[in-house]
Amino acid sequence: MRITVNGEDVGLTSDGDTTLLTALRDELGLVGTRFGCGQGLCGACFVDVDGTVMPSCQTPVWQVEGQAVTTVEGLSQDGEPHPVQRAILDRQAAQCGFCISGIVVRAAALLRDEPDADAARVTEALDRNLCRCGAQRRIIEAVLAVRESR
Amino acid sequence: MSELPAHVVDNPRLGTWITVAGGVVEVHVGKVELGQGIVTALAQIAADALALPLSRIRMLAAHTTHGPDEGLTAGSLSVLQAGPALRHVGAVVRALAGPPDDEYVARIAALDPDTDLLTAPTADAVTPDAVGSSTPRLDLPDKVLGRPRYLADLRPDGLLHGRVLRPPSPGARLLELDDDWKAPGVELVRDGSFVGVVGEREADVDRALEQLARDCAWAEEDALPDGDDLPTWLRAGPHEEIEVLDESPAPGTLSASYSRPFLVHGSIAPSVGLARWDGDALRVWSHSQGIHPLRMAIASALGLDPAVVEVEHVENAGCYGHNAADDAAFDAVLLARAVPGHPVQVRWTRPDELAWGPLSSAMTATVSASLADGRIAGWCYDVWSQGHTARPMYRGIPGLLAGAHLATPVPLLPATDPPTAAGGGTTRNAVPIYDVGPRRIAGHRRVDSPFRTSAMRALGAYLNVFAIESFMDELAEEAGADPVDFRLAHLTDERAARVVAEAARLAEWGEELPDEVGRGIGFARYKDKGAYCAVVAEVGVASSVAVRRLTVVADIGLVVNPDGARNQLEGGATQSTSWTTKERVRFDRRRISSTDWETYPILTFREAPLVDVHLVDSAAPSLGAGEAAQGPTAAAIANAVHHALGVRVRDLPLDADAVVRAIEAQE
Repeated sequence: MRITVNGEDVGLTSDGDTTLLTALRDELGLVGTRFGCGQGLCGACFVDVDGTVMPSCQTPVWQVEGQAVTTVEGLSQDGEPHPVQRAILDRQAAQCGFCISGIVVRAAALLRDEPDADAARVTEALDRNLCRCGAQRRIIEAVLAVRESR
Repeated sequence: MSELPAHVVDNPRLGTWITVAGGVVEVHVGKVELGQGIVTALAQIAADALALPLSRIRMLAAHTTHGPDEGLTAGSLSVLQAGPALRHVGAVVRALAGPPDDEYVARIAALDPDTDLLTAPTADAVTPDAVGSSTPRLDLPDKVLGRPRYLADLRPDGLLHGRVLRPPSPGARLLELDDDWKAPGVELVRDGSFVGVVGEREADVDRALEQLARDCAWAEEDALPDGDDLPTWLRAGPHEEIEVLDESPAPGTLSASYSRPFLVHGSIAPSVGLARWDGDALRVWSHSQGIHPLRMAIASALGLDPAVVEVEHVENAGCYGHNAADDAAFDAVLLARAVPGHPVQVRWTRPDELAWGPLSSAMTATVSASLADGRIAGWCYDVWSQGHTARPMYRGIPGLLAGAHLATPVPLLPATDPPTAAGGGTTRNAVPIYDVGPRRIAGHRRVDSPFRTSAMRALGAYLNVFAIESFMDELAEEAGADPVDFRLAHLTDERAARVVAEAARLAEWGEELPDEVGRGIGFARYKDKGAYCAVVAEVGVASSVAVRRLTVVADIGLVVNPDGARNQLEGGATQSTSWTTKERVRFDRRRISSTDWETYPILTFREAPLVDVHLVDSAAPSLGAGEAAQGPTAAAIANAVHHALGVRVRDLPLDADAVVRAIEAQE
């Protein structure tokens, strides 16, 4: 089975029912996508599949065959962090950071689709990402800062 | 010589703290990164102490062989305990290898690692440079850029994955599993009611775990209490009595009771353990809060010489107390024993993390007081709870979950409480900071329980501060006084009064609010000797309880990293908002049923309040910030709801149902 991951065409030996998350972490060694719940309810494992953000823990690899998957590792360009990542670091908008990969993927997709997203839209877009440390407000501010810095 | 820092006395060898590699000074600390930014704060202290820029030092993870034993990373004590030790170590290094010129690091490298820190000369203190600045977190780039950083990201050679099938309910016993049980790609490991699988591929062990769950038969019993009436169950006992103080007050004329349910830690990552046996030697990687007690607990549970067990700390997601980290490490040890030479990584499932990780105990309290001429004249307080600590090796018992399930069980220890001198557990913050006349304060710790409870952020202080500060508002109302004025009139501690007054001022206390919005205050000094923290909550009550804004003012003494401290207080207040307005462990008479984020919902982005944090300028000794906001936030929210609606909610969580019940009760 072949999929495109972060712009690279890769072959997978995992069987089709393996979750995309397990294939990414265990077979491809892309551990930036985190396992949080395995039930599609926390957003830590969000990846972008052909423009749609989905929980990779609930996505069997057969479902993404031939499609383009972007993980948190694929958001940096030429070694430069994605503007959302830059803004999160600039504002120290994280505590433990475990939820951040999925949040970065979700926020990057939002700003790609809606470059002028306001606070309400950002908040709504991130509502399926859980953060337990209480960094939500800092994260929202960081995502909004990306828009303002353009 | 003046008194030496306790952690230097415990770890008197220079080489335990300082090594040099590649022209960089490596600083070994025993405190661990839990997502709270402690390693960055300690790096700032170490850099100043060594008179080096941050770029010339590297912080190394805690290690039982290669670093100091600094006990647990808990209780908001890390800066207080590790800071003075690092300052002393730095003073010795400067005395022996200074001045900090081009050859300084080379001279540090040449120092005798066996130098005795207790007798070595020390240089004078230097002017802080890094301390006091908002140094960016050293660990965040890896975490934000998606690099390997967490324990589950380690991929050592020969790695095998492991999963453990936990029983379906507390006290369940494995009745039957076919001796020839098999699943593709895995090996079964069984010891009594402990069952797990090991295999090369994660997909295989995950599937095998599902199959195992279908194929195991268990004996279960209905051992859980009525989840809708926990106060009665807590009060029924049997109890161990905790006498805090008794100044023989007259019984109070006004009285109220408060309660909170069981809560979970709810870290976003499930717990992970990694272990490898090489002959008789055992290496363990864990996100434990205490790698030294974990090492002793593993050795004790398996009858090993502790010298053969080595534990290294590796980060995981946020840790808010004694979670399942140690249990997962022991799971890995047990599974790895079946495959010598292979590192085995065990990852818990989300349902197990929510149902089998130590819970934070439900609690209830009754407070009574009398008023005389608008002042409080006498105060009685009783609080009932399970214990708040069951950490590994507390009272010498291993206390690792899997131990209880082995064919020859290593029993868990019933939860107890830290001693009062260490802040207590059930009775933490049970003594009001206010001038209330004669007081009687007592705790009642329920000792037999089917629930496994242990330490979670603020321990008993969360309920005790919620109760005391709610009751302060009830008394203020009775006295016809403004809640802020009423508190100030009963405060003699100037730092306390300043924090309360400042929070009121910044939150525009007394200014008019829209309809269906209320404002409330909560205040405490954490553990009676820690950080002062006042919170003003602005809460909307239109259709649900919506916490709109929290104004947090804290006096944490000298601030090492202002932004880091603000982040901790902001996170603490937000997490407490989640506990207070949403959370409750659910169970029937047999099983815990809140096993995912739908049945145990936590605060979402939409529900997260705006949080303004203000730190009071202070040169007093540094105090931890991580737990100070938990209790004050809960009380501020409840008091704001009362302000908006005129109803008093005394039983948490303070959700829409609770408001409806309180309105009905009032009518």
